[in-house]
Amino acid sequence: MKWSKKLEASSPWILLVFTLLLWQGICSVFSVSEFIFPGPIKIAQELMQYSAIIAGHAWRTYWVTMAGFGLAIVVGVLLGFVIGSSRIAYTAVYPLMTAFNALPKAAFVPILVVWFGIGVGPAILTAFLISFFPIMVNIATGLATLEPELEDVLRVLGAKRWDVLIKVGLPRSLPYFYASLKVAITLAFVGTTVSEMTAANEGIGYLLISAGSSMRMGLAFAGLVVVGAMAMIMYELFSYVEKHTTAWAHQGSNNR
Amino acid sequence: MVASTTPFVEFNNVWLAYNDELLAKEQFAVEDINLEIQSGEFVAIVGPSGCGKSTFMKLTTGLRRPTRGLIRVNGEEVTGPLKISGMAFQASSLLPWRTTLDNVLLPLEIVEPHRSQFKAKKAEYEHRAIELLKRVGLGGYERQYPWQLSGGMQQRASICRALIHEPKMLLLDEPFGALDAFTREELWCILRDLWTEQRFNVILVTHDLRESVFLADTVYVMSKSPGRFIVKRDIDLPRPRDLELTYTSDFADVVHELRSHIGALRTGQPVPSSTLTPTPNARV
Repeated sequence: MKWSKKLEASSPWILLVFTLLLWQGICSVFSVSEFIFPGPIKIAQELMQYSAIIAGHAWRTYWVTMAGFGLAIVVGVLLGFVIGSSRIAYTAVYPLMTAFNALPKAAFVPILVVWFGIGVGPAILTAFLISFFPIMVNIATGLATLEPELEDVLRVLGAKRWDVLIKVGLPRSLPYFYASLKVAITLAFVGTTVSEMTAANEGIGYLLISAGSSMRMGLAFAGLVVVGAMAMIMYELFSYVEKHTTAWAHQGSNNR
Repeated sequence: MVASTTPFVEFNNVWLAYNDELLAKEQFAVEDINLEIQSGEFVAIVGPSGCGKSTFMKLTTGLRRPTRGLIRVNGEEVTGPLKISGMAFQASSLLPWRTTLDNVLLPLEIVEPHRSQFKAKKAEYEHRAIELLKRVGLGGYERQYPWQLSGGMQQRASICRALIHEPKMLLLDEPFGALDAFTREELWCILRDLWTEQRFNVILVTHDLRESVFLADTVYVMSKSPGRFIVKRDIDLPRPRDLELTYTSDFADVVHELRSHIGALRTGQPVPSSTLTPTPNARV
């Protein structure tokens, strides 16, 4: 019994190790050129050799993403609150927002460069623009789907709409909120990286472009690994916070 | 039952259509409601599904305004939600992120004058809530979350929440519908005891005829939609009423009578005449 639980818990790691072995195996057996498709060993070597440089770029990507993400949370929650609480705002804003969200944010980068110059500005803004939408939508959904009976219980006591939203709507939306954070953070990293690839001289995006142009695929992959790792760590962080603050929404799965 | 005091709840020729469209088509949810409820009276409303019982509740609490007619509670016209009422529904609707205690305290965070004194009197209010929870048999469960309680326990907490601000009127919309028979009977007794102590008005909407006859002073039967009150039955069974009473023949007779009315409504037959008052206008 205990053994199978341990097996289940360690299964992602087992799969990861297996995938790496398979990858390295294919590269070695077929003598794939390191300039085209480096194996994990080569990537690990590049990581160690250039660790200082990669760390510098990684840090830059990280804090820029966090800045954009922070903005996205603030704007997403505010807008989500407005849209979710007012029918007319919902009807008016939603179609425009959906259209806006359909635009590829990569296309915004040159425009942002013209307005804010090369570097931090466009990166933060691209991260923000790409990641606020899921947050806004989830908060709005959480508020708009409030059960009428919950509302009635409070309205009978003379509660104003504001009371109902703050006391019931927002807490009820927290699970949706955390779910959206997990999606939004990965999007934010995408936004930053895309912006850095076109209009920056620092950051993992820049590293990818410059490593790629000098055919240093090992280094480029190393950069990818680092970005992926950062995004995953943040994802797990929000997952952790979610489990510990919204336990009430998950009681179904706890009983398994 | 004397009619010399002014009624606590008064409905005068009340009609409700849900919106203007339906009003134009003369499709009402409830029609021509005339009724008087005395202070401290326990009233039960029974009727077929979808007849308008819940609509009646919403009118009484001020959650909806009547399309025609006048509703008065405690002498004043009802223009909006009343603060002197507490409501409990079939689904307990407890907030899952709050402990049971915090759930019961919720009305005090909203209703004046408690709301402005809430921080100052928090300890007192908590004590009141704990005592109330003990009364219904939930002593020791204050720190539990709703999902840790059974359905019956949640419903008890829901009733405590409806009573914490000491309302003059308790409105229950099929509160025990989702519970098993034994839990239901237990909660009947708890409700009966709370009401006997505090004598607030109760309007209980239910499908269960035994429940209505056991608990109420008066039972009103509502017709199919559009709902009208077609029968008013005073329950003369002596108080205090024990569960044993529900197995006596007097009790069964009353339930049987009411059942024949509901049965006639459901099949569309004419309502059988009996010793019951046909229209609920005059108070006996």
